[in-house]
Order: sequence, then C-alpha cells, then structure tokens
Amino acid sequence: MKGEAIFAVIAILFIASFFYGMAANPDSEFGGADGQAEDVIAEITDGEYEEWTSDSWVNSVKFEPPGGETESLLFALQAAIGALVLGYFFGYYKGKGQSE
Amino acid sequence: MHIFEGFLPSPWWQLWFVFSIPVIFFGMYRLNKLVSEKRELLPLLAVAGAFIFVLSSLKLPSVTGSSSHPTGTGMAAILFGPAIAAVLSTIVLLYQSIFLAHGGLTTLGANVASMGIIGPVAAYVIYKAGMKANINFYVVVFLAATFADWITYVVTSLQLALAFPAEVGGFVASLKAFMVVFATTQVPLAIMEGALTALIFKYVIQVKSDALVELNVITESVLNKIKGVGQ
Repeated sequence: MKGEAIFAVIAILFIASFFYGMAANPDSEFGGADGQAEDVIAEITDGEYEEWTSDSWVNSVKFEPPGGETESLLFALQAAIGALVLGYFFGYYKGKGQSE
Repeated sequence: MHIFEGFLPSPWWQLWFVFSIPVIFFGMYRLNKLVSEKRELLPLLAVAGAFIFVLSSLKLPSVTGSSSHPTGTGMAAILFGPAIAAVLSTIVLLYQSIFLAHGGLTTLGANVASMGIIGPVAAYVIYKAGMKANINFYVVVFLAATFADWITYVVTSLQLALAFPAEVGGFVASLKAFMVVFATTQVPLAIMEGALTALIFKYVIQVKSDALVELNVITESVLNKIKGVGQ
C-alpha cells in the first residue's frame, strides 16, 4: 500500500497548490493555457497576427461545440470512454489471474 | 498543450507535419507488427491508449491561474516505445481537434510532435537510462512520466517561439514568454501525472506482470525484486 500512500500525499499537495493558486490569483478564471498563449502571441506581434484558417476549408470539416455545456459533455465522454476501457481490462486481468 | 488552429503560420505548420508524419507511419508499422505477433497484448495496448484518453481530457487548474491537462503518454512510451505512443496520441489529438475544436488540423503536426513524439521519446530515454542505473522501478516510471508531460509543454513553447520571435529580444524573449504560460503551469500537473502513472504501473505489475517481461520493459530479475520488495 506504499504506492497509494505516496499518491495520496501528492494528491493532497496538488490540491493545496490549487488553493494556493486561487489565493494568489483571485481574479483568475482558470482559462486554458492555450488561451493565454494567444494573448502572448497578440502581445509579441502587436495584435497583428490573425489566425489564417478562420475562413478556410479547415474549419468547415470540424465540429464546433455549440456551447460550453456541449463541450464539457464531450470532454466527459472522452474521459468516460477511457475510464471504461481501463476498468474493463484491469478487471479482466484481475479476474483471469484469480481463476488461474 | 494544443496550439490552436491557425496559430502557426507557414512554413512552421508544414515543417512540423514533415517531422511527425514519418514517425506516425513508423509507429503504425510497429503497431501492426505488435498486434500480429503478440495478439494477447492487445488489451494492454488499449489500456495505454485509454490512459492517454482519460488524462488528456482532464483540464486541471494550476498554481499560475490557468488550467491545462496532463498528457498520459509516459505509460505508452514505457510499454510500447515512443513510435506507438505517437500513434495513440494522434488518435486522441484528432478526437479533440475534430469534435472539441481544441487544437487543430493544421497544427496537428506540431501537436503530435510535442505530445506524441518528443515527450514520449524523453520518457523512453529516461526510463531506459534509469533502469540501467538500477534505480527503483517506480521512481524511474515517475520520473519518465513526469518529464514526458513537462517536455511536451516545453516543446510547445519552443514551437510557438520559433514561429513568433519577438521584435525585441527575438526567439529567446518569446521563448521566455511562452514558457511562463506553458512550462510553469505544467510543473505541478506533470508531477501529479508522474505519480498517477507510477500507481497504474503498480496495478499492471500486480495483474499482468508477465506482459512487461514479454515487452522487454523489465527483466525477470527486476520483476522478482519489485515483487519481493512490494509484498
């Protein structure tokens, strides 16, 4: 159980660092780091850089989530698919190991 | 870690495709070979892919006041090597860019290069070196996964800095600015990912340790040592 103990400590440290982050940046909305990178690009290029794909074919093949709610649904779906596969195969291996 | 659609000007987005595509093809070749020769390892491959799927969907807040997600590529890189990790990452990146509008199709080459190739290569090198140096297995896994995650974001900063050198200070000044956004945010997340990956490996050792020997991830003697110490 040593591994779990170490993980628990790290998880607690992580949560603590998150609250520290909230205290240190009270105004932050915790937006994505890639969004912040956009601001840096705007700063470096004096706001002159425009994404060059905005009206090209690229955007027409992609599905843009109609809103934040749908986006979180799709993220949840991604996590759920992954978690299902993980749980299924670990369970499969474990059951197989016990029956042998 | 994604570079948004359209945020890499020519010739950078093309160059990163040139870098990534051969690796993906090599990875597909390796994947085919693995699946046809060692079919019984298919579930483990699914687990490694699913791990990337789960971790890259978790957008976690960080100390710097922005949020970002882990990559989960360390596990696949350690088990199957960086080329196969690149294929698995590409699948995840395609899902996110097509359905979630996170990342992009034109920037896919660059995103695969950072998350799918250079991060996993770092994990693989650290893992092999660490095992050779006879360091504790879980410590090595932790370090490899932590750096796979962190290096991914360092590379993202590099890619953006190369494409957008600042007028004053050039490449280095840009790199500093992007590193503040990506690399510092990622430090706590990378450490957590390392711990989580080490924990997952503990379960793999418990339920399917023979696969690790078969994949040459660890030798029989190392496995016995881990099991002896762990029990």
